[in-house]
Amino acid sequence: MKKNQSQEELLKGIWRDNPVFVQVLGMCPMLAVTNSAINAVAMGMATFFVLVGSSFLVSTFRHLIPKQVRISCFIIIIATFVTIADYTLLALVPTVHKELGAFIPLIVANCLILGRQEAFASKHPTKLAVMDAVGMASGFMLALLSLGAVREILGDGALFGVKLFGENFEPWVIMVLPPGGFLTLGVILLFFNWFKYKKDEFLEDVAAAERSGN
Amino acid sequence: MNVAKETSSPSSLRLVLTLAIAGLVSGMAIIGIYEATLPTITENKARELREAVFKVLPGVSQMQALVYRDGELIVVEAPDKDEPVIYGGYDEQGDFVGYAMPAAGPGFQDTIGILYGYNPAEKIVVGMEVLESRETPGLGDKIYKDAVFVGGFSALSVEPEIVAVKKGTKSQPNEIDAITGATISSKAVVRIINETHAQWSAQLSAPGSEPQLEATESAGTEVEQ
Repeated sequence: MKKNQSQEELLKGIWRDNPVFVQVLGMCPMLAVTNSAINAVAMGMATFFVLVGSSFLVSTFRHLIPKQVRISCFIIIIATFVTIADYTLLALVPTVHKELGAFIPLIVANCLILGRQEAFASKHPTKLAVMDAVGMASGFMLALLSLGAVREILGDGALFGVKLFGENFEPWVIMVLPPGGFLTLGVILLFFNWFKYKKDEFLEDVAAAERSGN
Repeated sequence: MNVAKETSSPSSLRLVLTLAIAGLVSGMAIIGIYEATLPTITENKARELREAVFKVLPGVSQMQALVYRDGELIVVEAPDKDEPVIYGGYDEQGDFVGYAMPAAGPGFQDTIGILYGYNPAEKIVVGMEVLESRETPGLGDKIYKDAVFVGGFSALSVEPEIVAVKKGTKSQPNEIDAITGATISSKAVVRIINETHAQWSAQLSAPGSEPQLEATESAGTEVEQ
């Protein structure tokens, strides 16, 4: 039972409660840095580090933090992790850091991270909080990557910088520009909602069939 | 017990203390990571600059920083802050090859910072490298990703000035093919080079009388004297 619950917390972030496609959180980095797959992965990993680290600390110290100042404490913790991620990226992969630019410091303001601290980590034991954070961060990374991959393939004819098509491929330039982010996100959200609608319909059908069978 | 603690409102002192401790720990963590990464970051930047200088000046294997003071170019170990610096490039025998000129100016989105190699004897640009840019990915970023455009700066006359022309119409030694779809960024690079050249051309030493390469040892002894 215990094992099932942590598995459940881990998996819900990836699909059922996907932070981007279902909760529609963290839209700012989502639209801004997904013009190529590599940027999406770097942003996803930075967010992963910050979210998991913050959830771990917030959950561990949840009884020590008075609730009147909890938001300030969450922000201090998140900002510290973001600064660590910022300097680490700058030292280890300066080229990626250059591409992501101002969006690394802006992870502090990503509502997905603060949202998880307030809604989950501050109310659950450390193990579940970390599971939840890993799931949510993976879901976020998955969403960033799917958007980044689509936009890079259509807009630049490449994936992770590797050209996929021949010389004659005419890049659909709008896809790497900001409107491309909205278009791609819109289509993916449409798919998610259509899928959910179909699933509900299917479940209703099954329920109806069972009733008539009885 | 926990429930009781959470429902009764804690004293202001406890709130202040919690935030103070959180701030203190956070500050120490940030100082720690800053100190830990600073040497790597400084080293990366210095290496990036050296590599860029060697890239824009073919045949160069040694470099030194130059500043313009009191009417002449002089060699400096550590230039003053905010003082414009250029780099002299020298081949293995220590003979002068050309200048590497840092230049910056507005691009399509944000400041574009470039470094270009300049051969004063022939008055040509011999290489160009973009150090800093936030140009549109997929379009403006071709100013450093498009090998044809970057290669166009390998022998480009600066007299009377560089002109960006429509792709495929280059006919003069001072013309360069602009990138299709990134005309503004291409023209920005050209304008930045022209402006920097105009600003420095009078200050550069006459061909043949460039500052000599000072070996790093001699620079050390100078400091001791």
